[in-house]
Amino acid sequence: MTTDNKEMWAELGIDLKPHDALLGALGPIFQEVYLSQKNRPEGMGFFDFVVGDIHGIRVQELRQHAMNGGKVVATYCVFVPEELVWAADAIPVGLCAGTQFSVPLAEEVLPRNTCALIKSSFGFKLGRICPYVQASHLIVGETTCDGKKKMFEILNQYQPVYVMEVPNKKTSLSRDLWLGEVIAFKDVIEKLTGNKITLNKLTQAIKSVNERRRALQRLYNLRKARPVPISGKDALLVTQVSFYDDVNRCITQVNALCDELEKRADSGKGVAPAKAPRILISGNPMAIPNWKLHHIVESAGAVVVCEESCTGTRFFSDLVQNEKPNTVEKALKSIAERYLQIHCACFTPNEERLDDIVRLAREYQADGVVHYNLQFCHTYANEAVQVEKLLAKEGIPLLRIETDYSDEDTGQLRTRVEAFLEMIRR
Amino acid sequence: MYAGLDVGSRTIKFINFDNTVRDSVVIETGVNPLRRCQELLSGRSHERLVVTGYGRHLVASALRGEVVSEIRAFAKGSRYLYSDCHTVIDIGGQDCKVIALSDEGEIQKFEMNDRCAAGTGKFLEIMANTLEIDIRELGALALSASKVVQINSLCTVFAESEVVSLIARGEEVNAIALALHEAITTRIVTMARRVGTKERIVFAGGAALNICLRQLVGQKLGANLAIPTEPQTVGALGAALLAKEFAMSNNTLQ
Repeated sequence: MTTDNKEMWAELGIDLKPHDALLGALGPIFQEVYLSQKNRPEGMGFFDFVVGDIHGIRVQELRQHAMNGGKVVATYCVFVPEELVWAADAIPVGLCAGTQFSVPLAEEVLPRNTCALIKSSFGFKLGRICPYVQASHLIVGETTCDGKKKMFEILNQYQPVYVMEVPNKKTSLSRDLWLGEVIAFKDVIEKLTGNKITLNKLTQAIKSVNERRRALQRLYNLRKARPVPISGKDALLVTQVSFYDDVNRCITQVNALCDELEKRADSGKGVAPAKAPRILISGNPMAIPNWKLHHIVESAGAVVVCEESCTGTRFFSDLVQNEKPNTVEKALKSIAERYLQIHCACFTPNEERLDDIVRLAREYQADGVVHYNLQFCHTYANEAVQVEKLLAKEGIPLLRIETDYSDEDTGQLRTRVEAFLEMIRR
Repeated sequence: MYAGLDVGSRTIKFINFDNTVRDSVVIETGVNPLRRCQELLSGRSHERLVVTGYGRHLVASALRGEVVSEIRAFAKGSRYLYSDCHTVIDIGGQDCKVIALSDEGEIQKFEMNDRCAAGTGKFLEIMANTLEIDIRELGALALSASKVVQINSLCTVFAESEVVSLIARGEEVNAIALALHEAITTRIVTMARRVGTKERIVFAGGAALNICLRQLVGQKLGANLAIPTEPQTVGALGAALLAKEFAMSNNTLQ
């Protein structure tokens, strides 16, 4: 760690001692989970570098932006329309919340039987160990689950939080409500930044974010190849990094990686043998540095080919349709429509997600689906009952996993994953 | 000889097999499972070794064995002992599982507990300790209960405090023991219903040595359970059978 970083962290109010411990713990994990993989694409170098300096260079960029009078807007969820943030010359960052490290801190305040994602995110603020939270001027929450909703009220006592109401149905009434929320969010961001969101700026933002979505779509399409040219762990990392990296740099890096993967796919070069079982993971998001399930699955000889998740297809599969709106209102409408196409388990009914799982399993030639559920996430846990029923009907093998960020159940998970692979290999 | 080794959380099980079981051993796992396994294997010869159980990855490479999951091993062993087996219930030291098999003996579906010790052998062991009873006596003692009490919690920690308050209320030890068995039975039967059971149902693992569990699980499922003579070694047997299979097809782990 450079002295520059230390100074910056101190200025941001970071609690340096536990923060050192956090970064100290991350290094060996990243080495074991990522750097020890064989046959990695060279294009992963950028993403390795970003994670290697996870609280350094990007935070410095955000700080520089703030010193120049810009604002930083932190988010936890793919429902927050980032186009509006970029269009106001502010920078959105998706916060991580994927480590056990901050969970015990959160449990000093929040109930223990709350999902790890909520506890981890709250613990980062409570313990002052995340420079992204510290560097942000506004945290934008949303109502995708009751636990988060109430956590945001408490978080608001520590740092300003604005909550968007995501409807729970997909009716026309709900669409109207959501459009109203998007319009209100525009006002919030304009007020925060003092910048007017113009048609020109908004169109530019729509283009950029769509471009990043296309780049990620391209990456995922390349994972349909057999043998698959990139590991699931690496692809997951790319998605995770794209939540907080600069949008234009991210587009360049993802596309450069894809160019390399295209060559790999053309020459039949893969990261795993062609006969390695192909797994679709579906369910809760995996915020950085949560690589637990991917690591178990890929260490057992399978390869993850797709994530039906908010850190996967739900993040980028839909584009804002109107890329050349002629009024701000039309742009907002198109943005609102795009975000309501995210098939989150917070909706009822949510049959579209069930269809997605079957479709993706087919498109990616998955030999099986692993349903990933964070303990105490009731929406996904209950929706899994329907996932199980549908996949049984479609003849697609399914393994349901319920876990959190800790390592204590790794042995049991390995047994279940290995048994599942034995079952689908025959 | 084809060797199967099941390195469990509480005990290590070993089977040597050619056309029939030649050798069968059960020892405590202790704190150094690898050394235990090495001692067990020294002086015994085998052509091929397959390792299963919770400690499989810990010992496999040092012992030059191949690795299979307990689920596959128990399915294999049960099917060998009972050719019409369609369901395996296994309750071991720290986990419990239910496996559904096709007519051909392939694994169709399985369920296994997650991290918690509820419904496992460990649960009974801790409770036997609290009741100051030898784990081997616990089942018979429970069956002699003259009244019924209820334990509501399946969590080992909470159930233990329930046991303590039942003791404080003056409930007889037999009735408390029965209630504990009922609690485990509920858990495993729920799991079995999720997987779906089909006869013949084989009950294996160390907990199948417990006479009360055998009766309750059978009653709740409304089926006659098949209990192997050595329920603990079914996984090791399955591993040994797979060692033979791998050798015959000259197949390393696929």
